[in-house]
Amino acid sequence: MSDDYALEVDSVTAYYGSRRILDDVSLRVGYGEIMVIMGGSGSGKSTLLRHMLALNKLAAGSIRVLGLNIARATGEELHKLRRDIGVAFQSGALLSSLTVGENVALPLREHTDLNDNIVQISAKLKLEVVNLGGFDQLYPAQLSGGMIKRAALARALAMDPKLLFFDEPSAGLDPVVSSELDDLILKLRNSLKMTIVVVTHELESAFKIADRITVLDHGRILISGTVDEVRNSTIARVQDLLQRRSRPSELSADDYLERLTAHVKRA
Amino acid sequence: MVYQVKKDSGFAIIHLVGDIDLSCSPEARKAILDSLGAGQPTLVDLSGVTYIDSSGVANLVEGYQTAKKKSLEFGLLGVSEAAFSVLELARLDKVFPIHGSLKERLAKNG
Repeated sequence: MSDDYALEVDSVTAYYGSRRILDDVSLRVGYGEIMVIMGGSGSGKSTLLRHMLALNKLAAGSIRVLGLNIARATGEELHKLRRDIGVAFQSGALLSSLTVGENVALPLREHTDLNDNIVQISAKLKLEVVNLGGFDQLYPAQLSGGMIKRAALARALAMDPKLLFFDEPSAGLDPVVSSELDDLILKLRNSLKMTIVVVTHELESAFKIADRITVLDHGRILISGTVDEVRNSTIARVQDLLQRRSRPSELSADDYLERLTAHVKRA
Repeated sequence: MVYQVKKDSGFAIIHLVGDIDLSCSPEARKAILDSLGAGQPTLVDLSGVTYIDSSGVANLVEGYQTAKKKSLEFGLLGVSEAAFSVLELARLDKVFPIHGSLKERLAKNG
């Protein structure tokens, strides 16, 4: 079964301290599919991403990435897996002391024995793909927000990953740049058959690029389905998110007062 | 990947077949550079390529640049769909001379 999916998340539960961040989360992403994981701030989507990248340890459940059960994998297996995975972090996570070209070439220098000329041409090709051709000699501090996102994407693509994770591609970008990034994500999937997981809270972007959308709320999956299924969902909370309605307060007045004054009793 | 080099109508034709990835692209690179190093006009046949990664594409870019320096002809033949979509992504379909086949290339001599 595991060969059928690029990513399988089964009944994952995660905590930060005693606070439960993910509660029995399961999802599957097929090869060549674009899955968008949506949810508001604090919904658990970034935590889920960290687990899928094997950066956090699971409290319960299992995650298979490209067929590898990451909780049981050896260090060597994880190292090998990471060559097949690209991650574009929200902040870019570029090294500030290296030029953009050197940042993109870094994974190739670290992981391969390719001739230096080939490494440099490959890095420049990636920058061309993200429309940053000719910017390879600049440093990250000299780039705009949109350019940093694109440079981070170029670096994520350096090793021609089978599976690409993209954290908040549109956050902090103007609508035009954000839409260009969406087009690029679609182009990567269509040309390279890449499997892509995008974490975002931007509805418009999600509807444009997703094959399927998983909506997280308070660490639980509200709905997982095609764009139309999510759009037409009758689940109230999904509609709240889609129509940007404020969430209702979940605490009763008494509970709220209790939370504000709990220290008085303890003292 | 397997590859074959043959000579036909004054060209060295390097026929690459299968997946061209990190494991074999240095071998493909050597074949291309050796052919150009021997002063031969070179065509790379990509009709049997099922996958090509960026290092494979970089080989072709380097080959074309080397050929230009030596004033030798360089081109691609019968580019498979898998290879073409990768070239297109980096807009290289507009850079390389691409011919459907050797016959098509020879017809261009007029």
